[in-house]
Amino acid sequence: MPAPTIAAPVITLEVLRYRPGVDPAPVFQAYEVPYREDWVVLDALNYIKDQVDGTVSFRWSCRMGVCGSCGMMINGVPKLSCAAFLKDYYPGAVRVEPLAHFPIERDLVIVLDDFMQKLSAVKPWIIRHDEAPAGEFRQTPAQLDRYKQFSMCINCLLCYAACPVYELEPRFVGPAAIALAARYNLDSRDQGRAERQEIVAGPDGVWDCTLVGECTTVCPKDVDPAGAIQQGKLGSAMDWMKRVVLPWGKP
Amino acid sequence: MAKTGEPFWWLLFAAGGTVSAFLVPVHLLLGLALAAGAGGTREAFAYDRVLTVASHPLARIYLFVLISLSLFHWAHRFRFTLADGLHLKSSSFLSWACYGSAILGTLLTIVTLARL
Amino acid sequence: MRPFHRAPRFAWWAGNRPYTLFMLRELTSVFVAAYAVLVLLMLRSLAAGPDAYDAYLRWLTTPSMVVFHLVALAAALYHSITWFALSPKAMVVRLGDQRVPARVVVGANYAAWIASSVMVAAILLRR
Repeated sequence: MPAPTIAAPVITLEVLRYRPGVDPAPVFQAYEVPYREDWVVLDALNYIKDQVDGTVSFRWSCRMGVCGSCGMMINGVPKLSCAAFLKDYYPGAVRVEPLAHFPIERDLVIVLDDFMQKLSAVKPWIIRHDEAPAGEFRQTPAQLDRYKQFSMCINCLLCYAACPVYELEPRFVGPAAIALAARYNLDSRDQGRAERQEIVAGPDGVWDCTLVGECTTVCPKDVDPAGAIQQGKLGSAMDWMKRVVLPWGKP
Repeated sequence: MAKTGEPFWWLLFAAGGTVSAFLVPVHLLLGLALAAGAGGTREAFAYDRVLTVASHPLARIYLFVLISLSLFHWAHRFRFTLADGLHLKSSSFLSWACYGSAILGTLLTIVTLARL
Repeated sequence: MRPFHRAPRFAWWAGNRPYTLFMLRELTSVFVAAYAVLVLLMLRSLAAGPDAYDAYLRWLTTPSMVVFHLVALAAALYHSITWFALSPKAMVVRLGDQRVPARVVVGANYAAWIASSVMVAAILLRR
């Protein structure tokens, strides 16, 4: 008598599909994927694309949490799909949707243009007014330490997906952009804080934030954008006090 | 008022949040102790004693700071809570209603403390 | 390209636990303001004379006001705890080159909280 076959374990992925011009609105499609303990959601998605349904579209690249491409909503939580292990959801189903608060281009691919525009608006590069020093631009470990945490941002946009203010006010500059502005403001080589303040301390900069703090909770690189924003509020308030109390001082 | 004066309102909010975080709990506890008649509170809160304590110049400053900053803390926080919670557009009316109430409360506090 | 825009949800704050806790935290300010008004009313009754003050104290110790005190105390404690937890975010304290760890800042806040509470209780109960 042949030995009874034991069915290999499977896990269900419910993927939000949207085909522009075909679907009037996004709709979930369920796929059964082999369950492997060491697989992440990205592995499951690639299995679907390779073996089951080649039409599913999603962004990914490094598959190790440094490129910031594969951000998605996994059971309603913004996560990198390369960092979400199937074993944390098994045997329940895994709901995979595109990052919240962004327009959907197709399936799990979002339109990033708003963020890209805000990122360039905060001028995320070293701005100099003086001549650069002859030779290398030296920096002590202590000077590096001042901005290093904010430099770890991989632009994955999980923080925007977690921010209810961004959901309600699309003009809000947002956590990552403000954290990156802070990264350059705190860099000893930079002299461009004043140029960034128009955006950072403007009506849609730090002052839209109500310190929900979810941006910091979901950040996969421990950037703490909420901290950057609060420091931005304090910095802007100090500027304001100097302007009001000591109007003859340097602006 | 909505966005350009933000640092001013935020500083009041932060000061009020700090003052209320430190002081409101103990005051509430004392109120509960009074209701329970515990620990000599009935005597401590007799009219003459309270009037003497409250009339002291330092006490007047303390009470002014406690009441006024707590009101401004509420005003700023509640303005955003209403705007975000009820999807109201950030408006001058909302700001005036909230900060205006805090200003009125502050003026009333000054008048009352002067009368002690 | 025909992107699909997902509309914001009205009750986003009821959507998940962190958002609901955030909303509760923000609403503690209502109780803080209510208590400030209560203190103001006490001062007004004080200025009006012993009869007005006694009437105020009688009102303050009725069952419904005791319930208010309990609810307001819970709200005030939640405000204090969340406020202290977030205080290191706004202010980066440095000693020389080293950044003071967040838990030290939080601990200092708790110490100041206890110290100020004891002082207030002593002044109001002792003299």
